[in-house]
Amino acid sequence: MRIRFKVNGKPRSYSGPGMKRLLDVLREDLSLPGTKEGCGEGECGACTVLLDGDAVASCLVPVAQVAGRRVATVESLGRPDRLGPLQEAFLAEGAAQCGICTPGMLMTASAYLRRGGRADDGAIRRELAGNLCRCTGYQHIVRAVQRAARRGSPTARRRPAKQKARRAPVRRAGSRA
Amino acid sequence: MPAVRKVVGRSVRRSEGPEKLCGIAKYVDDHELPGSLFGATLRSTIACGRIRSVALDPAFPWHEYTVATADDIPGANYVALIENDQPLLAKDQVRHLMEPILLVAHPVRAKAYAALAHVRVLYEEEAALLDPELSKTVFKTFHIERGSVDTAFARADVVVEGEYHLPHQEQAYIETNGAAAWFEKDGTLVTLGSLQCPHYVLKALKAAFGLPEEKVRVIQAVTGGGFGGKEEYPNVICAHAALLARKAGRPVKIIYDRHEDMAATTKRHPAVVRFRSGAMRDGRLVAQDVDILMDGGAYVTLSPVVLSRGTLHATGPYECPNVRIHSRVVATNTPPNGAFRGFGAPQTLFAAEMQMERLAARLGLDPVALRRRNAIQAGSTLPVGQTLRESVGARQALEACVKRSAYTRRARECARWNRSPTRPSWRGIGLALVHHGAGFTGSGELYLASRAAVALTRDGELHVLSGSTEFGQGTTTLFGQIVAETLGVPFELVTVDTPDTARVPNSGPTVASRTCMMVGRLLREAALELRAAVALGKARFPATRPALKAAARKLCGDATARRFEAVYHKPDWVSWDDTSYSGDAYEAYSYGAMAVELEIDKATFETGIRGVWIAADIGTVIHPLFAEGQVIGGAVQGLGYALLESAVYEGGVMKNARFTDYTIPTTLDTPRMDVVFVPSPYSLGPFGAKGVGELPMDFPAPAVAAAVRHATSRFVDTLPITPERIASALAKDAAA
Repeated sequence: MRIRFKVNGKPRSYSGPGMKRLLDVLREDLSLPGTKEGCGEGECGACTVLLDGDAVASCLVPVAQVAGRRVATVESLGRPDRLGPLQEAFLAEGAAQCGICTPGMLMTASAYLRRGGRADDGAIRRELAGNLCRCTGYQHIVRAVQRAARRGSPTARRRPAKQKARRAPVRRAGSRA
Repeated sequence: MPAVRKVVGRSVRRSEGPEKLCGIAKYVDDHELPGSLFGATLRSTIACGRIRSVALDPAFPWHEYTVATADDIPGANYVALIENDQPLLAKDQVRHLMEPILLVAHPVRAKAYAALAHVRVLYEEEAALLDPELSKTVFKTFHIERGSVDTAFARADVVVEGEYHLPHQEQAYIETNGAAAWFEKDGTLVTLGSLQCPHYVLKALKAAFGLPEEKVRVIQAVTGGGFGGKEEYPNVICAHAALLARKAGRPVKIIYDRHEDMAATTKRHPAVVRFRSGAMRDGRLVAQDVDILMDGGAYVTLSPVVLSRGTLHATGPYECPNVRIHSRVVATNTPPNGAFRGFGAPQTLFAAEMQMERLAARLGLDPVALRRRNAIQAGSTLPVGQTLRESVGARQALEACVKRSAYTRRARECARWNRSPTRPSWRGIGLALVHHGAGFTGSGELYLASRAAVALTRDGELHVLSGSTEFGQGTTTLFGQIVAETLGVPFELVTVDTPDTARVPNSGPTVASRTCMMVGRLLREAALELRAAVALGKARFPATRPALKAAARKLCGDATARRFEAVYHKPDWVSWDDTSYSGDAYEAYSYGAMAVELEIDKATFETGIRGVWIAADIGTVIHPLFAEGQVIGGAVQGLGYALLESAVYEGGVMKNARFTDYTIPTTLDTPRMDVVFVPSPYSLGPFGAKGVGELPMDFPAPAVAAAVRHATSRFVDTLPITPERIASALAKDAAA
């Protein structure tokens, strides 16, 4: 099965079983190991990527589902010598400790900011409720997203909040609380 | 007055932060190893019994696979640690469910796992012992006695008793355990792993492969969280990968999936703590009698040391002249328990703090006033016979916490709220005060004889060399700060090297809140030697790259680098007797107090946290942002322990071994926390620093239980405090 889609703005293609997880295709076939596996069942959010702008758990997405669509991974956000504004905010606020949840956190947060999400503690916590972090206790992560929201990442200003996602996000919303 | 510090005390940027934020930091599974195989582990399906036979399905294409069993181990079949009782692969006998028996490897990950279904193991099952109370196999006991306990109880005005049940807890690092291994052409075994203690793995591999130290090399990959869960377990998975690599003649990687990681690897020791405390009417503690039982699981692992720390912290940060502590850790047919942040202390400190709540209730005293009455200070003597010389911030932490939380006002408001029967909830505020010793217990540091080094290369590069690992806490940044400050150079000029046993000295394991205080001290000493050698007679150490390069040429001569190494020396005043288990248990302790206000729904008994206030004395704060991150992160793990995390064991194994069913706190379970530091610097810590990593794990559970008691007037003595447990505590009282 041959599947064409865009990853981080570039056209890519994949040949192989259509049920292979997007997570594995990114890591193994496209050499993009920035996306991490934490649980393999959509619970921890470490593998979060953007699919047409929505945050999804790439361990739950069969690659066949991304045909013709846009995927964005952590590798699209910046480079060590040229960090993106959200990454800068994470660094300044101490939001990355061991770093394994960080790519997923960044992608969920960037989806939030792209929708025009505000520097509101409660709203950010609701948005990040599907991303587990065992190191930080979340406070510094929330602070980093607030900092980025206040600065207004360039993309956040350009796009107004979408009323409705084009397709329903795959991951569950909210927390189990 | 100390000189103005330029690097220490500032929140410099995390050294390895940019790589982590860009997804290019390489965790073990991110390393591509050409020609490598993927390993999977066949595990016992019974809790106890003899292995009669292990048979491979003849119809299966085994020629595609590498298979390794105990017979393939070239050295000794054990996981070298404290006792060598744990087989690397079970051969005749299994002692717990999920015990590894056989390994397979295949170029395709999924095929490696698929092969496990084609191995048939026949067992002679034996009765499994799952209840630690019934176990006759005692791994370790401690007994500490001071004063005249029985006489003191007889004279006490009030005596309270409690029995506390503490559960397993899963470390739940987000990166599961994983390792890669290969053999170099010269026969050197190399392993790369997600691990905290490279030199532990080195020791285990030497034993299992019968290799000399120079033929084994252990490298730490970027590590996605540890919390103790990657202290000793990597010995097992690294050796397994190496066994397959040896047999296959190719690199082998083993990465556990979440279920396997949770079900098979170590947990926090469950414990039962039985506690009797006596006090006088004015609140003065006069007698404490503690009995501790911990469940070690099937093999010894680190249980004796976990028990030791639990025992030494068992009476809390309080003065009491008459104390008896008896503790034991026993075997059960369950996967071995092991290191987890706090290391025995969260279990016993929970009990100690609940005893204070019971005493306060019985005496009709305010719980804060009772703690104020008894909290230790410089000059106090601990049950173990240690008289505290300096750096005792228990009272300062207590007062700062009381003040910042507006404890008294909030306590009043909660009481007023609860008086109205029409409210939908009960509210309560609770507080806990704890201490946590930094470094190995007793003579542990002396046995470790840690070494750490600072090197200046001929090109003018400054390198920090140690076996201390970074797994999120900030080791790399912290070490850079300590060395930069000592030398008087900008932080950016110092490089902290990745732990690789072929290149770095053994600075001991990265555990026990010892990295900053113990290894940081060594690095400061090493840097002072370098400074003396370079700046001989000069006032300043060269602080720019060109100046450093010029100085380096002069210092190094023809050598490529000069290395200055410091070795641990016991401070003269530290004395410890292993036989009587008395003396200076830890050079210094950190102290912390936490207040928590919560609300319990009257219909569902769900607990919601309204506020958390923490004050901590960790000595001088080297990196304020990281220190706060440690405190908040640890406190959230502690809140999980208190309220959410329930590892359900059935038949001797964790049944809910996945994130869907084992719930750790999310953003929505976690309140915003107020953290303040009240430093009592320790004269022998680097720039006055002590330890911080474990302390915040100790105070959340007792603070939460105290708040639950304040809200409902009920003691819940079993963790986690689930809605069911609150309902049952309320029902019990109603029935009585």
